[in-house]
Amino acid sequence: MPEIVLRAINNFVCRDITLRVNNGELLVLLGPTGAGKTTLLNIIAGLIAYQGTVSFNGSPVDNLPARLRRVGYLFQDPALFPHLDVRSNIAYGLKIQGCSEKELSYRVNGMLHLMNITHLSHRYPKDLSGGEKQRIALARALAPSPQVLLLDEPFSSLDFRTSRYLMMELRRIQKQLGITTVYVTHNLLEAREMADRIGIICDGKLEQIGLPQDVFFEPENERVSDFLGAPNVLDCEGWRTLGDGLIEATCGGIKIVAPHEGEQVEKVVIFPAHIHVSRERPPGPALNRFKGVITEILATQFLPRFRVKVGENIFLAELSPEAFNDMGLEKGGDVFLTIKLKWIKII
Amino acid sequence: MNRLRWLKPGSGMLPIIVFLGLWEVAARIGLFHGNFFFPPFTLVIRESYQLTVNGVLPENFLRSLLRVLAGFSTGSAAGLIIGILMGYRECVNKTLHPIFSLLYPIPALGWLPVLMLCVGIGEMLPIIIIFICSFFPVLYNTITGIRTVDPNLVNAARTLGASEWKILFTVALPLALPHIFTGLRLEAGMAWRVVIAAEMVAIPTGIGALLMKAESLIRIDIVIVCLMVLAVMCLSFERVFIFAERKLTSRWR
Repeated sequence: MPEIVLRAINNFVCRDITLRVNNGELLVLLGPTGAGKTTLLNIIAGLIAYQGTVSFNGSPVDNLPARLRRVGYLFQDPALFPHLDVRSNIAYGLKIQGCSEKELSYRVNGMLHLMNITHLSHRYPKDLSGGEKQRIALARALAPSPQVLLLDEPFSSLDFRTSRYLMMELRRIQKQLGITTVYVTHNLLEAREMADRIGIICDGKLEQIGLPQDVFFEPENERVSDFLGAPNVLDCEGWRTLGDGLIEATCGGIKIVAPHEGEQVEKVVIFPAHIHVSRERPPGPALNRFKGVITEILATQFLPRFRVKVGENIFLAELSPEAFNDMGLEKGGDVFLTIKLKWIKII
Repeated sequence: MNRLRWLKPGSGMLPIIVFLGLWEVAARIGLFHGNFFFPPFTLVIRESYQLTVNGVLPENFLRSLLRVLAGFSTGSAAGLIIGILMGYRECVNKTLHPIFSLLYPIPALGWLPVLMLCVGIGEMLPIIIIFICSFFPVLYNTITGIRTVDPNLVNAARTLGASEWKILFTVALPLALPHIFTGLRLEAGMAWRVVIAAEMVAIPTGIGALLMKAESLIRIDIVIVCLMVLAVMCLSFERVFIFAERKLTSRWR
């Protein structure tokens, strides 16, 4: 699968964007609504005009129309052809390519099997749920063996449980096929789950690109840190080494286990997006699991954020709007916060 | 029991039977100035049988039918083709829209005096009028149908490798079918109304002409026969398109 390189991309939204998506990588473009993420996908797909250069595996594709770029595109709306059944929807691109009946049947069956949707093959889109439609749209996009896969907030309209399931499925399929993928979202949790690397776009400009932990822990400018949300910074009163590269820091009456190799431990940094929130006690060991009380609920543009008092510390945590509504969290309610080791930064 | 299903209240036949029964009784008891101006239903049926046997009704019906078929099929085909071009290509739309928006408000029968002078009183006259009457609704419904196709579907087809013509024939046109059928359905009935009107005014043959002759001879029963033929044909043509639309689109709508 080819790498994608964008050089000095400009149009009515994007401002001088240069980036590289490595072979087989899943790059998440993260940014607020209206930042230019979808525009950038449309530029890669050749659906809108732009200045600059888009290359697939070193070959510029700027003069190729969308139909010749061999791009699989999954839109926010599944955009299934309503007059075709599931099988014909998946076969659409293959028929356009002029596949023989035998090969077409083989590849469509393969896609139905890969997506676990064999039982839906003769249904029409009107008879499918939102999650099923997105799976079929993904199968349709992948069937003609595209060079790259572009995904534009494909699960944003689905309920929390379905979207999480489909995210995992997509990650599995992407790894299995090794297809170079650009995934657009404004949801930090989704980005964290999916990304090999993350690019932050604000106002049509690529502000930062890097590994998730680099982007989350070392925002390069104020725009990025504003978008990601202020991190929780806890002062440490003491710490001890546990071995195997782990330490146990005591912060405001709670003990936090974190990976750390250095000599100094002054503060613990945790981003709101990296705190798992649940109403019930999560199963498994109680490592970095704290019970707290919600002291304040903050309305934000994209994500519901809230403050939770644990010991003497106040944590800022966040959830997707769907999860927040599903849990029915209220001020004064008890919640459990769980933090994975890899998302704790010691400074 | 199945044989009597058509008599059930929901079938639509029962009100018609009741209406015909009331008509028969009202005419028989002389409710409206006797049989001459208000013949009973059975008398109308007997007259229509006699008109069929002596060949008057079939001959005039066939003339009207051929005119409707010729005018409607050519008008609809032209409306469909130009509608597709206008709906899909903005330059064609910009060129033709000002002309058609001026011509569209003119009622089809409004062209009658001009056409009588230009093409004379003959077979072409009603056919051209039906052509005009069928052309515009099919044209505008096709344009609307093509233009209301979700742009996401067009972009999806594009990224899947489809050319503009492939998109037109595999996505835009199938999805515009419900709109196109609405135009066809409405105009199928209208074509019959217009041909009758044209025959009444200017053509000496056809159901409309027969109706005018019956009126001059004060034969109300024949007038009613002609009106019944018109009603049945309007309804049948509309039903054909409703059936075709269901066949083609009911699986996915």
